[in-house]
Amino acid sequence: MSEDILATASTWRDAGEAVAIATVVETWGSSPRPAGSRFAVSSSGRMAGSVSGGCIEGAVAEAAAATMRDGAPQLLDFGISDETAWEVGLACGGKLKVFVERLG
Amino acid sequence: MTPETLSRLQAAIAAKQPVALCTRLADGAQLLLPADAADNALADAAAAALVADKPTQHEGWFIHPHNPPMRLLIVGAVHAAQAMLPMASALGFATTVIDPRRAFATAERLPGVTISHDWPDDAMAALQPDTRSAIVTLTHDPKIDDPALDAALRSAAFYIGALGSKRTHAKRVERLREMGHDDAAIARIRAPIGLDIKALTAPEIGLSIMAEIIATRRGAALAQRG
Repeated sequence: MSEDILATASTWRDAGEAVAIATVVETWGSSPRPAGSRFAVSSSGRMAGSVSGGCIEGAVAEAAAATMRDGAPQLLDFGISDETAWEVGLACGGKLKVFVERLG
Repeated sequence: MTPETLSRLQAAIAAKQPVALCTRLADGAQLLLPADAADNALADAAAAALVADKPTQHEGWFIHPHNPPMRLLIVGAVHAAQAMLPMASALGFATTVIDPRRAFATAERLPGVTISHDWPDDAMAALQPDTRSAIVTLTHDPKIDDPALDAALRSAAFYIGALGSKRTHAKRVERLREMGHDDAAIARIRAPIGLDIKALTAPEIGLSIMAEIIATRRGAALAQRG
């Protein structure tokens, strides 16, 4: 684990921020990041890591704000079939599921 | 993730203990395996994911294995070794540089890595390279490289590479045969080392070696030698 997103995120949390972690849990087709890839976002807008090639991180950060507030995890679907739901798709044609949880 | 789960997960990672973070996607409940109690099927799936070093799902659980870093054992604290260190770190390898020549193997030249001044046969015996280890010899000095390659060939290392021209390697092959290694074993050694990107400078040589290690690890066609 060279990109230690968890360690980075936990330093934000220790500094008093709310933090959410997004993890790719399933992919289909040509998704750019494999399952297990992590993306962390904090209440002040810090970001680390990635769950795609930059296509969906903005949408994940938006959804993560709710999880930071109420602590409820979310399972997000991204891909061609969900373009209308999320208004973002993957240009590569891949599909993926991202699990979002509050850290601590 | 609860503060308790986070600190236990980070402690396991720091202690280099293999651990699988299992998350029930329906409600976010989490287990750390093998430490926590779980039903047999989930425990088996977590154990398999750790061996495969690949995340998977099992009956609504996302299983995320966290293995200790792969190891890179570099024999020879030479310029190309120095160039490889930041790349290896970024690529997730824990690096040990082995060189009995103390003038080369200094902490100033090799920041942030483990340094061994033992002779390579002793160093390899202590380090016990395994299937998650890559071994690279860079000294050009048979006194240092040969005992390292001898030990490397008797290990399960997934990558063995030796710096040196085709002519140098042909002589090396003769010496390794005399040490009792057959041609199939010797064929495990990548020589001349690295992907053929016409590398000239030390960082370019380091890049070609690291690229070949990754290509081998991932089973890429580029890693195959005719």
